[in-house]
Amino acid sequence: MKKFILQRLTYSLISLFLLSLTIFLFVRLTGDPTVLLVEPGASKEDMAMIREQLGLDRSLAVQYASFVKDIVRGDFGKSFYYRTPVLELYLSRLPSSLFLAAAAMVFSLVIGIPSGIIAAVKVGKFWDNFGKVFALLGLSMPQFWVGLLLILFFSVYLGWLPSSGSGTIWHVIMPAFALGWFFAAAHMRITRSSMLEVLGSEYVKLARLKGLPEKRVIVKHALKNALIPVLTLAGINLVLMVNVAVVVETVFAWPGIGRLLYEGIAFRDFPVVQTTVLLSGSMIVVVNLVVDVLYAVIDPRIRLGA
Amino acid sequence: MASRAATLTFEWTMSTLRMKGFPWFPVVILGTLALAAIFADVLAPHSPEVGQLGQRFKPPAWQQGGASQFLLGTDHLGRDVLSRLIFGARVSMVVGLLAVFVAGTIGTFLGILSGYMGKWTDQLIMRVTDTWLAIPALTFAIFLAAILGPSEMNIVIILSAVYWTRYARVIRGEVLSLREREFVRLAIVAGCSKWTIMKRHILPNVLNTAIVIASLQLGVVIVAEAALSFLGVGVPPPKPAWGLMLADGKKGLMAGYWWLTVTPGMCIMLMVLSANLLGDWLRVKLDPQLRQL
Repeated sequence: MKKFILQRLTYSLISLFLLSLTIFLFVRLTGDPTVLLVEPGASKEDMAMIREQLGLDRSLAVQYASFVKDIVRGDFGKSFYYRTPVLELYLSRLPSSLFLAAAAMVFSLVIGIPSGIIAAVKVGKFWDNFGKVFALLGLSMPQFWVGLLLILFFSVYLGWLPSSGSGTIWHVIMPAFALGWFFAAAHMRITRSSMLEVLGSEYVKLARLKGLPEKRVIVKHALKNALIPVLTLAGINLVLMVNVAVVVETVFAWPGIGRLLYEGIAFRDFPVVQTTVLLSGSMIVVVNLVVDVLYAVIDPRIRLGA
Repeated sequence: MASRAATLTFEWTMSTLRMKGFPWFPVVILGTLALAAIFADVLAPHSPEVGQLGQRFKPPAWQQGGASQFLLGTDHLGRDVLSRLIFGARVSMVVGLLAVFVAGTIGTFLGILSGYMGKWTDQLIMRVTDTWLAIPALTFAIFLAAILGPSEMNIVIILSAVYWTRYARVIRGEVLSLREREFVRLAIVAGCSKWTIMKRHILPNVLNTAIVIASLQLGVVIVAEAALSFLGVGVPPPKPAWGLMLADGKKGLMAGYWWLTVTPGMCIMLMVLSANLLGDWLRVKLDPQLRQL
């Protein structure tokens, strides 16, 4: 067990190292980094000063070391636009993003799990095929277009929901739906396949042989076990939702991390862009590590096989 | 013996010709869009980039206030929406196909290298793949776009740099089992160099897989291009790209100018849907073992 965790930890550390290296190198090697790291409209003297400060005349290895040192100390630089430390800015936006992701998760599970169950119980029948079409459409409609259509219908024509901003519970409905819609398809698929696997198992056969009504077999015996992989995926997806909501947050002017990234681009605020990408990658590396370790704790086959 | 082979070939041809389960819907849609992209100059009734400011926000022809010369209406600069959609097909097609091709080439190359060479080459490539998979694709693309700046060529570079990981992963797995096969061992015995084996013996065997992944990735890449353009880091205006049209359409959204939002999105959806359907069909057709993908 210890060996397994150590191995996974090493992998994650390598990933984090490569992640920072990737971001560092892309910024340094694709042109003059001072153009990116200096505020737009800076004078020649300012540029020279920044160049000095960053030590761009030193070797890449030395530069990288100081880059990492700053990150470890939690110093991600200052936002050009807001004039506050980027980390502070990021943390102030995080709760909004988490709230949106949680709401989107509720939507995706409310749509995904029941439709997945129905598809598995009626496999090959109308509802199963309907579900397939639904999933395909879900994956083919760009999130931001779904968002725009929602605004058009519910805000402009019906006037029921506010088109942008945040604050009340009404504000979160449309962005959560636009974001959750895409994940609903994924949750449906995994519910279906997990349900199918459980429905074919011995204990479900036994439950049926005992003469239990089908409804009870499905809800009491099958569903409980079938939900384990679904909830695992949902946990991972929750972190993913925080980090992929850029377009949805932009459409609805939702004040989360995605919107921060968009503002970073729009105002040419490079420290913000760099930090958001770095932190979102790190977050996912950490979550993958946690999931791997948890799996190993639950299932001895995984840790012994490694 | 010869006649039996001939019968088999004949039957095979017949079943192919009959095209049982041939995906007509996606092929017709993609074909139409491809024709629109190729003959955009002839088909488009107006200039896609220059509008008449006197004709701003005209609704589609069938709505009140619409004009028959602007079949799908005009946008905030008085540009004909239909013409922009037609030229937009060209942008989506070119960017999508090029990006998928370049990403596929990079990913296939790295996948074969990783799987066949093993050892530290494999470790290095797979760790990089894992890391790149950890960054959400769109976020990564936005980051690169912020560095490189907006242009059509840069979009292709960015999307290829982000989306090669899947090919590398899947193809590496295939190569791991291929390299233990007889014909590869024989090639080693026969004295082929590593390069020759990878090029002549491994590559043809993983090409089907690469094509299937490519067809499934086409939709993903097109949506990504649209999203980048929508966010303002993709195809620069005034070029007619569907994502950009959606961003412009936002200006008229609250006033209820629905055609600016509905039509470009519809085009994206049809194209992505067709690409996905075609990819699914190819997957089953070319490699039944790949259903887990």
